[in-house]
Amino acid sequence: MKVNKSWWKIASFLLLVYTIVGGFLMEVPHLPILNETIRNLYFHVAMWFGMMILFMASFAYSIKYLRGFNYRNDIYAKQFAALGSLFGILGYTTGAIWVSVTWLTDQSQSIGSVMKEPKLIGAAIALLIYGAYFVLRGSFTDIDKRARISAVYNIFAFVMLFPSIWIIPRLVGSLHPGAPGSDSGNPALNFKDVDLRLRMVFYPAVIGWTLLGVWIATLKIRLQLMNDKSLLPETPTKK
Amino acid sequence: MKYQKKIGLLLLVLSNAVLVFAQDNKPVEMADVMRSNGKIYVVVAICLTILIGLFLYVWNIDRKISKLEKE
Repeated sequence: MKVNKSWWKIASFLLLVYTIVGGFLMEVPHLPILNETIRNLYFHVAMWFGMMILFMASFAYSIKYLRGFNYRNDIYAKQFAALGSLFGILGYTTGAIWVSVTWLTDQSQSIGSVMKEPKLIGAAIALLIYGAYFVLRGSFTDIDKRARISAVYNIFAFVMLFPSIWIIPRLVGSLHPGAPGSDSGNPALNFKDVDLRLRMVFYPAVIGWTLLGVWIATLKIRLQLMNDKSLLPETPTKK
Repeated sequence: MKYQKKIGLLLLVLSNAVLVFAQDNKPVEMADVMRSNGKIYVVVAICLTILIGLFLYVWNIDRKISKLEKE
Protein backbone atom coordinates (compact mmCIF):
# COMPACT_ATOMS: atom_id res chain seq x y z
CA MET A 1 0.00 0.00 0.00
CA LYS A 2 1.34 3.36 -1.00
CA VAL A 3 1.42 5.99 1.68
CA ASN A 4 0.45 8.83 -0.65
CA LYS A 5 -2.81 7.07 -1.44
CA SER A 6 -3.71 6.47 2.18
CA TRP A 7 -2.76 9.86 3.59
CA TRP A 8 -6.31 10.40 4.81
CA LYS A 9 -6.18 7.25 6.89
CA ILE A 10 -3.11 8.59 8.65
CA ALA A 11 -4.83 11.96 8.95
CA SER A 12 -7.77 10.23 10.62
CA PHE A 13 -5.44 8.60 13.14
CA LEU A 14 -3.57 11.81 13.92
CA LEU A 15 -6.79 13.80 14.26
CA LEU A 16 -8.22 11.24 16.67
CA VAL A 17 -5.02 11.20 18.72
CA TYR A 18 -5.36 14.98 18.92
CA THR A 19 -9.04 14.58 19.81
CA ILE A 20 -8.23 12.37 22.78
CA VAL A 21 -5.19 14.29 24.02
CA GLY A 22 -6.66 17.73 23.41
CA GLY A 23 -10.15 16.62 24.31
CA PHE A 24 -9.13 15.47 27.77
CA LEU A 25 -6.38 17.93 28.58
CA MET A 26 -7.28 21.26 26.99
CA GLU A 27 -9.22 23.95 28.78
CA VAL A 28 -13.01 23.92 28.36
CA PRO A 29 -15.63 26.46 29.42
CA HIS A 30 -16.86 25.96 32.98
CA LEU A 31 -20.60 25.41 32.67
CA PRO A 32 -23.09 24.49 35.38
CA ILE A 33 -24.78 21.07 35.12
CA LEU A 34 -22.47 20.02 32.28
CA ASN A 35 -19.24 20.52 34.24
CA GLU A 36 -16.53 18.31 32.80
CA THR A 37 -18.98 16.37 30.61
CA ILE A 38 -18.88 19.16 28.03
CA ARG A 39 -15.97 17.14 26.64
CA ASN A 40 -18.56 14.69 25.32
CA LEU A 41 -18.97 17.21 22.51
CA TYR A 42 -15.86 15.71 20.91
CA PHE A 43 -17.28 12.21 21.01
CA HIS A 44 -21.08 12.19 21.23
CA VAL A 45 -21.78 15.16 18.96
CA ALA A 46 -18.98 14.15 16.59
CA MET A 47 -20.80 10.82 16.09
CA TRP A 48 -23.91 12.63 14.84
CA PHE A 49 -21.90 14.88 12.55
CA GLY A 50 -20.08 11.84 11.21
CA MET A 51 -23.40 10.07 10.71
CA MET A 52 -24.73 13.03 8.77
CA ILE A 53 -21.70 13.12 6.46
CA LEU A 54 -21.81 9.35 5.86
CA PHE A 55 -25.54 9.47 5.10
CA MET A 56 -24.83 12.31 2.70
CA ALA A 57 -22.30 10.11 0.90
CA SER A 58 -24.82 7.28 0.79
CA PHE A 59 -27.45 9.66 -0.61
CA ALA A 60 -25.04 10.88 -3.29
CA TYR A 61 -24.23 7.33 -4.39
CA SER A 62 -27.92 6.43 -4.52
CA ILE A 63 -28.52 9.32 -6.90
CA LYS A 64 -25.46 8.26 -8.88
CA TYR A 65 -26.87 4.75 -9.10
CA LEU A 66 -30.18 6.01 -10.44
CA ARG A 67 -28.39 8.07 -13.08
CA GLY A 68 -26.48 5.21 -14.65
CA PHE A 69 -27.66 1.99 -12.95
CA ASN A 70 -24.10 0.99 -12.18
CA TYR A 71 -24.32 -1.75 -9.54
CA ARG A 72 -21.04 -0.50 -8.05
CA ASN A 73 -22.77 2.66 -6.80
CA ASP A 74 -25.43 0.59 -5.06
CA ILE A 75 -22.71 -1.15 -3.05
CA TYR A 76 -21.23 2.21 -2.09
CA ALA A 77 -24.61 3.58 -1.05
CA LYS A 78 -25.38 0.55 1.10
CA GLN A 79 -22.09 0.50 2.97
CA PHE A 80 -22.05 4.23 3.66
CA ALA A 81 -25.59 3.94 5.00
CA ALA A 82 -24.47 1.03 7.20
CA LEU A 83 -21.59 3.00 8.69
CA GLY A 84 -23.81 6.05 9.10
CA SER A 85 -26.31 3.94 11.03
CA LEU A 86 -23.53 2.57 13.21
CA PHE A 87 -22.45 6.13 14.04
CA GLY A 88 -26.06 7.01 14.75
CA ILE A 89 -26.48 4.09 17.13
CA LEU A 90 -23.24 5.03 18.87
CA GLY A 91 -24.45 8.62 19.12
CA TYR A 92 -27.72 7.44 20.64
CA THR A 93 -26.01 5.17 23.15
CA THR A 94 -23.49 7.78 24.25
CA GLY A 95 -26.34 10.27 24.52
CA ALA A 96 -28.20 7.93 26.86
CA ILE A 97 -25.18 7.79 29.15
CA TRP A 98 -24.77 11.55 29.04
CA VAL A 99 -28.46 12.08 29.86
CA SER A 100 -28.25 9.92 32.94
CA VAL A 101 -25.64 12.15 34.61
CA THR A 102 -26.80 15.60 33.54
CA TRP A 103 -30.46 16.08 32.68
CA LEU A 104 -31.72 13.38 35.02
CA THR A 105 -29.63 14.12 38.10
CA ASP A 106 -28.27 17.65 38.05
CA GLN A 107 -31.08 19.28 36.16
CA SER A 108 -33.64 17.03 37.89
CA GLN A 109 -35.62 16.42 34.75
CA SER A 110 -38.09 13.58 35.07
CA ILE A 111 -37.64 10.49 32.94
CA GLY A 112 -40.93 11.46 31.32
CA SER A 113 -39.67 14.83 30.13
CA VAL A 114 -36.49 13.27 28.78
CA MET A 115 -38.54 10.69 26.90
CA LYS A 116 -40.54 13.53 25.39
CA GLU A 117 -37.37 15.25 24.22
CA PRO A 118 -38.11 15.82 20.50
CA LYS A 119 -34.53 15.30 19.39
CA LEU A 120 -34.46 11.83 20.96
CA ILE A 121 -37.73 10.88 19.28
CA GLY A 122 -36.60 12.42 15.99
CA ALA A 123 -33.27 10.61 16.06
CA ALA A 124 -35.03 7.34 16.86
CA ILE A 125 -37.40 7.85 13.93
CA ALA A 126 -34.50 8.69 11.61
CA LEU A 127 -32.56 5.60 12.65
CA LEU A 128 -35.64 3.40 12.30
CA ILE A 129 -36.17 4.74 8.78
CA TYR A 130 -32.60 3.73 7.96
CA GLY A 131 -33.25 0.39 9.65
CA ALA A 132 -36.13 -0.11 7.26
CA TYR A 133 -33.71 0.60 4.40
CA PHE A 134 -31.76 -2.52 5.30
CA VAL A 135 -34.92 -4.56 5.81
CA LEU A 136 -36.09 -3.43 2.38
CA ARG A 137 -32.77 -4.40 0.82
CA GLY A 138 -32.87 -7.79 2.43
CA SER A 139 -36.34 -8.57 1.15
CA PHE A 140 -35.41 -8.59 -2.53
CA THR A 141 -34.06 -11.52 -4.46
CA ASP A 142 -33.67 -9.63 -7.72
CA ILE A 143 -30.48 -7.56 -7.54
CA ASP A 144 -31.52 -4.87 -10.03
CA LYS A 145 -34.88 -4.38 -8.40
CA ARG A 146 -33.25 -4.24 -4.99
CA ALA A 147 -30.73 -1.64 -6.09
CA ARG A 148 -33.33 0.52 -7.81
CA ILE A 149 -36.00 0.54 -5.12
CA SER A 150 -33.58 0.88 -2.24
CA ALA A 151 -31.85 3.79 -3.97
CA VAL A 152 -35.18 5.61 -4.20
CA TYR A 153 -35.97 4.72 -0.59
CA ASN A 154 -32.53 5.91 0.51
CA ILE A 155 -33.22 9.34 -0.96
CA PHE A 156 -36.46 9.47 1.02
CA ALA A 157 -34.64 8.35 4.18
CA PHE A 158 -32.03 11.07 3.80
CA VAL A 159 -34.66 13.75 3.24
CA MET A 160 -36.52 12.58 6.35
CA LEU A 161 -33.43 13.28 8.46
CA PHE A 162 -33.96 17.00 8.12
CA PRO A 163 -37.42 17.38 9.67
CA SER A 164 -36.86 14.65 12.24
CA ILE A 165 -33.53 15.71 13.71
CA TRP A 166 -32.90 19.28 12.54
CA ILE A 167 -36.16 21.12 12.06
CA ILE A 168 -38.77 19.78 14.51
CA PRO A 169 -36.53 19.82 17.63
CA ARG A 170 -35.86 23.48 16.89
CA LEU A 171 -39.48 24.40 16.45
CA VAL A 172 -40.76 22.82 19.65
CA GLY A 173 -39.00 22.94 23.00
CA SER A 174 -35.93 20.77 23.30
CA LEU A 175 -33.32 20.15 25.95
CA HIS A 176 -30.70 20.09 23.23
CA PRO A 177 -28.98 23.30 22.21
CA GLY A 178 -30.66 25.30 19.47
CA ALA A 179 -34.18 25.07 20.85
CA PRO A 180 -36.44 28.12 20.79
CA GLY A 181 -36.20 30.15 23.96
CA SER A 182 -32.76 28.87 24.87
CA ASP A 183 -29.82 31.22 24.54
CA SER A 184 -27.72 28.70 22.68
CA GLY A 185 -28.59 30.04 19.24
CA ASN A 186 -27.67 27.75 16.40
CA PRO A 187 -24.76 25.74 17.74
CA ALA A 188 -24.36 23.52 14.69
CA LEU A 189 -23.72 26.10 12.04
CA ASN A 190 -23.16 29.49 13.69
CA PHE A 191 -19.48 29.88 14.52
CA LYS A 192 -20.22 32.42 17.23
CA ASP A 193 -22.39 30.07 19.27
CA VAL A 194 -19.77 27.50 20.18
CA ASP A 195 -16.87 28.45 22.40
CA LEU A 196 -13.58 28.88 20.54
CA ARG A 197 -11.79 26.43 22.85
CA LEU A 198 -14.38 23.77 22.06
CA ARG A 199 -14.25 24.39 18.34
CA MET A 200 -10.48 23.91 18.29
CA VAL A 201 -10.97 20.26 19.18
CA PHE A 202 -14.51 19.70 17.91
CA TYR A 203 -13.94 20.27 14.19
CA PRO A 204 -10.79 18.11 14.01
CA ALA A 205 -12.71 15.47 15.98
CA VAL A 206 -15.57 15.48 13.47
CA ILE A 207 -13.15 15.12 10.56
CA GLY A 208 -11.18 12.38 12.33
CA TRP A 209 -14.21 10.28 13.26
CA THR A 210 -15.76 10.74 9.82
CA LEU A 211 -12.57 9.64 8.07
CA LEU A 212 -12.44 6.56 10.29
CA GLY A 213 -16.03 5.79 9.31
CA VAL A 214 -15.23 6.28 5.64
CA TRP A 215 -12.20 4.02 5.98
CA ILE A 216 -14.20 1.16 7.50
CA ALA A 217 -16.93 1.69 4.88
CA THR A 218 -14.38 1.46 2.06
CA LEU A 219 -13.05 -1.79 3.51
CA LYS A 220 -16.54 -3.26 3.40
CA ILE A 221 -17.09 -1.85 -0.09
CA ARG A 222 -13.88 -3.41 -1.37
CA LEU A 223 -14.81 -6.77 0.11
CA GLN A 224 -18.24 -6.68 -1.49
CA LEU A 225 -16.85 -5.54 -4.82
CA MET A 226 -14.59 -8.60 -4.78
CA ASN A 227 -17.50 -10.83 -3.82
CA ASP A 228 -19.76 -9.54 -6.56
CA LYS A 229 -17.07 -9.31 -9.21
CA SER A 230 -19.11 -11.38 -11.63
CA LEU A 231 -22.03 -8.94 -11.37
CA LEU A 232 -19.97 -5.88 -12.21
CA PRO A 233 -19.17 -4.70 -15.72
CA GLU A 234 -15.97 -6.20 -17.13
CA THR A 235 -14.11 -2.93 -17.36
CA PRO A 236 -15.08 -1.05 -14.26
CA THR A 237 -15.82 2.55 -15.14
CA LYS A 238 -13.97 4.92 -12.87
CA LYS A 239 -16.68 5.40 -10.24
CA MET B 1 -47.27 52.02 55.56
CA LYS B 2 -47.94 51.43 51.92
CA TYR B 3 -44.73 53.23 51.07
CA GLN B 4 -42.75 51.00 53.43
CA LYS B 5 -44.27 47.94 51.87
CA LYS B 6 -43.16 49.10 48.48
CA ILE B 7 -39.63 49.71 49.68
CA GLY B 8 -39.63 46.28 51.27
CA LEU B 9 -40.80 44.70 48.07
CA LEU B 10 -38.14 46.57 46.11
CA LEU B 11 -35.45 45.38 48.49
CA LEU B 12 -36.74 41.84 48.20
CA VAL B 13 -36.56 42.00 44.42
CA LEU B 14 -33.11 43.55 44.56
CA SER B 15 -31.79 40.97 47.00
CA ASN B 16 -33.22 38.32 44.75
CA ALA B 17 -31.30 39.80 41.86
CA VAL B 18 -28.13 39.76 43.93
CA LEU B 19 -28.83 36.14 44.81
CA VAL B 20 -29.25 35.20 41.15
CA PHE B 21 -26.09 37.11 40.31
CA ALA B 22 -24.21 35.26 43.02
CA GLN B 23 -25.48 31.95 41.67
CA ASP B 24 -24.19 32.81 38.22
CA ASN B 25 -20.77 33.56 39.59
CA LYS B 26 -20.50 30.45 41.71
CA PRO B 27 -17.42 28.54 40.53
CA VAL B 28 -18.47 25.52 38.51
CA GLU B 29 -17.08 22.31 39.84
CA MET B 30 -14.63 20.68 37.42
CA ALA B 31 -12.46 17.60 37.76
CA ASP B 32 -9.56 19.65 39.10
CA VAL B 33 -8.33 16.95 41.49
CA MET B 34 -7.84 14.55 38.61
CA ARG B 35 -5.80 17.18 36.85
CA SER B 36 -3.71 18.19 39.85
CA ASN B 37 -2.67 14.65 40.79
CA GLY B 38 -2.04 13.69 37.16
CA LYS B 39 -4.55 10.84 37.04
CA ILE B 40 -6.05 12.40 33.92
CA TYR B 41 -2.92 11.28 32.05
CA VAL B 42 -3.79 7.69 32.91
CA VAL B 43 -7.17 8.14 31.22
CA VAL B 44 -5.52 9.70 28.18
CA ALA B 45 -2.94 6.90 27.99
CA ILE B 46 -5.64 4.20 28.14
CA CYS B 47 -7.81 5.86 25.52
CA LEU B 48 -4.79 6.31 23.25
CA THR B 49 -3.87 2.65 23.67
CA ILE B 50 -7.35 1.57 22.63
CA LEU B 51 -7.29 3.97 19.70
CA ILE B 52 -3.89 2.73 18.51
CA GLY B 53 -5.01 -0.88 18.88
CA LEU B 54 -8.16 -0.24 16.87
CA PHE B 55 -6.25 1.54 14.11
CA LEU B 56 -3.64 -1.21 13.91
CA TYR B 57 -6.45 -3.73 13.53
CA VAL B 58 -8.21 -1.77 10.79
CA TRP B 59 -4.88 -1.15 9.04
CA ASN B 60 -4.21 -4.86 9.10
CA ILE B 61 -7.60 -5.66 7.54
CA ASP B 62 -6.90 -3.00 4.91
CA ARG B 63 -3.59 -4.69 4.01
CA LYS B 64 -5.22 -8.10 3.80
CA ILE B 65 -7.94 -6.81 1.49
CA SER B 66 -5.30 -5.12 -0.68
CA LYS B 67 -3.50 -8.44 -0.96
CA LEU B 68 -6.73 -10.20 -1.93
CA GLU B 69 -7.47 -7.55 -4.55
CA LYS B 70 -4.12 -8.14 -6.20
CA GLU B 71 -4.78 -11.84 -6.66
